[in-house]
Amino acid sequence: MPSDLHRLGVAEATARLAAGDCSAVELVEACIAAQEAAAGLNAVVTDTAEQARTAARHADQRRQRNEARPLEGIPVAVKDIFCTRGVATTAGSRILDGFVPAYESTVGAKLWDAGAILLGKTNMDEFAMGSSNETSRWGPVRNPWSPADGPALVPGGSSGGSAAIVAARAVPAALGTDTGGSIRQPASFCGVVGLKPTYGRCSRWGIIAFASSLDQAGPLTRSVADAALILQHIAGFDPKDSTSADLPVPDLHSALQGDVKGLRVGIPAEYRLDTLPVAVGDLWERGIAWFRAAGAELSDVSLPHTRYALPAYYIVAPAEASANLARYDGVRFGRRSTGEDPDDLYTRTRREGFGEEVRRRIMIGGYVLSEGYYDAYYLRAQQVRTRIAEDFQAAFREVDVLLTPTAPSSAFPQGAKTDDPLAMYVNDIFTVPASLAGLPAISIPAGLDDERLPLGLQLIGRAFDEATLLQAAAALEAAVGTVPSPAGSA
Amino acid sequence: MALSDDDVRRVAELVRIGLDESEVKPLGEELSRIFSWIEALREVDVEDVAPMTSVVEMQLRERDDAVTEGDCRDRILGNAPAADEGHFVVPRVIE
Repeated sequence: MPSDLHRLGVAEATARLAAGDCSAVELVEACIAAQEAAAGLNAVVTDTAEQARTAARHADQRRQRNEARPLEGIPVAVKDIFCTRGVATTAGSRILDGFVPAYESTVGAKLWDAGAILLGKTNMDEFAMGSSNETSRWGPVRNPWSPADGPALVPGGSSGGSAAIVAARAVPAALGTDTGGSIRQPASFCGVVGLKPTYGRCSRWGIIAFASSLDQAGPLTRSVADAALILQHIAGFDPKDSTSADLPVPDLHSALQGDVKGLRVGIPAEYRLDTLPVAVGDLWERGIAWFRAAGAELSDVSLPHTRYALPAYYIVAPAEASANLARYDGVRFGRRSTGEDPDDLYTRTRREGFGEEVRRRIMIGGYVLSEGYYDAYYLRAQQVRTRIAEDFQAAFREVDVLLTPTAPSSAFPQGAKTDDPLAMYVNDIFTVPASLAGLPAISIPAGLDDERLPLGLQLIGRAFDEATLLQAAAALEAAVGTVPSPAGSA
Repeated sequence: MALSDDDVRRVAELVRIGLDESEVKPLGEELSRIFSWIEALREVDVEDVAPMTSVVEMQLRERDDAVTEGDCRDRILGNAPAADEGHFVVPRVIE
C-alpha cells in the first residue's frame, strides 16, 4: 500500500497516531522507505532502521496500554555530532573512525524519553566546520532542490544532512547544531525551518564540541509549530553542562497563538549590503510588508559593529576549536596512526585524521592563542564580541525581534567555493552576529528565487525569549503561505 | 599580517599536526590572507571594553565534589585503539 505518512509533520503525525489513524510502525516504515528512496542525497551516514523498527513496535505497545508519551513514535534524524549510545558517531571526521559512544547526549535522551525514535545519523561538515557540507569525510550532500538537468547543489552546512533529509520529506524533524549559522543557513538553502535557541537553553552535554561558547542544538522541521514542539522537549536545565541555563522553559505552543499586532520588528541597517542579490533584497522587502500588513510596527535599527562579527568569529571559533580538538590524540578513542613515540603518534594521527578545513582552523586557533599573539587577537576579538552584544542590547530596547535575510544567496553548486575559504566564510555573514551574542534566531522558508531555489528570512530574538521569536515566526510563516516541496523529495 | 615559514612550522608543532615541507609556503600564504581580513578588528575602539567571558548572564554553579556516574572503565576502554589490563596503550616513552 503506497503511503504518504513520511510527508507528515511532527504535529500532524502525532495527531494521526493519537487518533489511531496510523501506527508508529507504519509511520517509521514510510520514513525508512523515503530515506532509501533519497539515498542519492547522501544525507544519512548511519542507518538506524532496524533499531527504529523495534522502537516503533514498542511505541505502538505503549499507546495500546494508554502510556503514550508526547512524541511517542515520531521518527527524528540526528546530526552525527550528537553522541548516540551504541550507534557510531563520527562528526564527519576520519579521526572518529570506530568510535561508538557509551552514552547519549542530554538533548537526544530527552527526545527518546518523550517517545521519539532515532531514524538516521545525518551527514555534516567535519566537526561542523563548513557552510556547504563539503568537508565531510562521507562526501558532499546533494540538495534535494538541485535541478534534474543541472549541477548538484550544496544543502548548506554544517547541518546539511539534517536540512536535506527534512526537505526531502523523509523524516518529520531532525536535530542540528548551530555555531555560526549551521542550522539556519542550511535551513534557508533547503527550504525548511531551522531554529537556533538561546545559548544555554539546550544542554551541550554529549554533543561533540566545536566552539563551546557558541555551539547550540536545535531543530530542523517543516513548520514553526513543529520547531516549537521539538524545542519544548529538548530545552531545559542540565547540571552536566556548566553553561546550561537554570530557567523554566515557557509553553511554546501557546506562544504560537495570537497575532503580531503591535509587535515591534527592527530592520538592521547594516545588513543592507551593496552586494546583496536582488532576489534576497526583494524577499526581505516582502517580509517587511507582510509584518506591516499583520499590524506589526516596523522600524530601522542600527547594529554598528555588524561588519566585525565575521572576523571576530574567525578568531573565537578556531581558538576554541583548537583547544576542544586537542583531545583527538589517537590514544583513547577513534583513529590511530602508527608512531615511533607518543608525540609522533599524535602528530601523524592528527595529520591523517583531520581534513583540510579542520587542520586550517586548528592552525588559526593555535596561532591566535600562542604566546605573544593572545592579546592582539583573542582578547581583542572577545572585546569586539562584547561590542556586538551591546549593539543587540541597544536594539532590543527599541524592538522585540529583528528581521533579516538568513543567507546572502540561495544554494550554490558543489565545488563552487571550496578553493576559497574566505568566500565560504561569507555565507554566515547574517547568522554569525546573533551567535556571538548568544541570541535565539530562526530561519523561515519565505520564497523562491529566479532559479526556483528556496530563500529564508531570519528572525532574531532577545535572549531566552524564544516565545516571542516563535510567535513572530508563525506570523511570517502564515503570510508566506504554502511553500512548494523540492523535486527531489519522496 | 604575513606569517613566515617559521611561524607556520612553529604553530603546526604546537597543535601537533604533521606538515610536509612542501605545504608550508602555500599554507602560510592562505593563513596570511585570512589574517589580513581579520585585521579589520583593529579599527574597533575597544578601550575599556571588557572581553566577553560569559555569553549569557549567569553565575557558574558549584556542585558537590562527588562521583555522580562511575564504574564505567571497561565501557570507556572499549573505544580505545589499544588497551591492555585496564589501561590505554601508547608507544614506549622511556627506552
